[in-house]
Amino acid sequence: MNDEINIQELPTEEILELMQEDLYDGLADEIVAEVKELLKRGLAPYEILSDGLIAGMDAVGDDFRDGILFVPEVLMAAKAMKAGMEVLRPLLAETGVEKTGTVVLGTVKGDIHDIGKNLVGMMLEGAGFEVVDLGTNTSADDFLAAIKEHNAHILGMSALLTTTMTYMRVVIEALKEAGLRERVTVLVGGAPLNDAFAEDIEADAYCRDAAIAVETAKKYMQIRKAE
Amino acid sequence: MTTGLIVCGALGREVSQLIQLHGWDAEIIGVPAIDHVFPERIAPHVEARIRALQDEYERLVVVFGDCGSRGALDELLARYPEIERIEGPHCYEMYAGDDFAALMEEEPGTFFLTDFMVRTFQGLILKSMGLDRYPELKDEYFRNYKRVVYLTQNDSPPYRQKAREIAAYLGLPLEIRPTGWGELENRIRIHFNTTPSALQGAQDADPVNKTHPE
Ligand code: B12
Repeated sequence: MNDEINIQELPTEEILELMQEDLYDGLADEIVAEVKELLKRGLAPYEILSDGLIAGMDAVGDDFRDGILFVPEVLMAAKAMKAGMEVLRPLLAETGVEKTGTVVLGTVKGDIHDIGKNLVGMMLEGAGFEVVDLGTNTSADDFLAAIKEHNAHILGMSALLTTTMTYMRVVIEALKEAGLRERVTVLVGGAPLNDAFAEDIEADAYCRDAAIAVETAKKYMQIRKAE
Repeated sequence: MTTGLIVCGALGREVSQLIQLHGWDAEIIGVPAIDHVFPERIAPHVEARIRALQDEYERLVVVFGDCGSRGALDELLARYPEIERIEGPHCYEMYAGDDFAALMEEEPGTFFLTDFMVRTFQGLILKSMGLDRYPELKDEYFRNYKRVVYLTQNDSPPYRQKAREIAAYLGLPLEIRPTGWGELENRIRIHFNTTPSALQGAQDADPVNKTHPE
């Protein structure tokens, strides 16, 4: 859309604003060009991430929640964000910023919906978490093995089907049996869930969307540090 | 006493066939099928119909699954204790019954079709997923899928052909399972005290053994 705009001529502030618009419109190529231009200008990868990509995705998330944007638009925006992240990720790793915490994430067994889970993973990564994404159709054994291997602070489980969300309880029971329940914070999400269900299966929190997931994950990390 | 059936748009045609077949004294009041894409709209839309119809019908039955309403439908109906909902999480489970769990266990990457889906795929379904506007999203949606299983209600060659076309578009193998109305019929029937339909029995003697890999 911004064929006529020559980003090299724009002030940095305006490129950051443009990034938010282009994310909103799901324009992956433009996002990549803008990220590269800002890097060339010496902006820190972390700044580009938080003031460009994350700020843009927050706007997408708000409008999705308010019914202004729909799933396809969110998916296009997520694709654009992913393209930008791919440029930034190696650089972020180099700068060696201390990780906020480690999250093991997955869609539970029997379910292969992954759009919401991927979004949550990307936003957590953007907030400085190390994210170990186990993908879809994840068994309790796989969740447990990854939690041990990566010394995870947080387990995030996603389910979009009434018939699969009950599997979250199975995973939490397995955590208890393995003596890991006290060690990890369990966050759950997905369309058919609600607060009452999360409480019932003894998860720590239900998160309605990615922004709340990030907020909640940060909150629990702070609580841990205070302990 | 005419019963008002508040019916999901995706089940409208099938429920009306069942009414005819059994001769139930019932009338259908539809709720837009597109609400499936926005499950938070289901409970408010059902409630609006309950309020409008409560005085008109002595009895109302809600023919809906939970359909991702986050339990909102059952919470709503708890406030109207005289109104019942038929059991079930979604229509795929209603048609396939216990086979639904077995099919998902066998292959979690299963995408289901029904007569309704086959009829509306080109329009409603593709549009609601944005695949008309962003064809490149097909892979984002279906990357993890391994097969299409078509649960037929009124098994017919034209519908089978459409199902084949959908599977080809998705690049997935197709299996066809004639389920008839499955549990949908049974779960409505218990509200009318009638016996299982003869036609259903004939159409669907042994659904488990009627799988046809294409
Ligand atoms: C897109 C979609 C699909 C896509 C999935 C593509 C993919 N790669 O994921 C396709 C078309 C393939 C699909 C398939 C099916 N689907 Co579907 N699908 C949807 C739909 C329309 C949107 C889901 C979505 O992606 N939303 C966008 C994202 C951004 O939102 P989200 O997932 O809710 O995630 C946010 C929050 O929930 C939260 N969150 C999510 N996960 C997590 C995890 C953690 C740890 C945290 C903290 C937060 C969190 O944060 C996310 C970001 O903000 C929903 C309806 C709806 N509106 O919810 C139905 C829906 C979930 N599907 C449904 C069904 C039934 C199916 C099928 C069985 C249908 C079929 N014909 O076969 C199959 C499933 C088969 C299987 N094997 O799993 C039903 C479930 C009903 C029920 N009661 O269980 C729904 C509710 C539709 C309906 N009303 O009937 N589906």
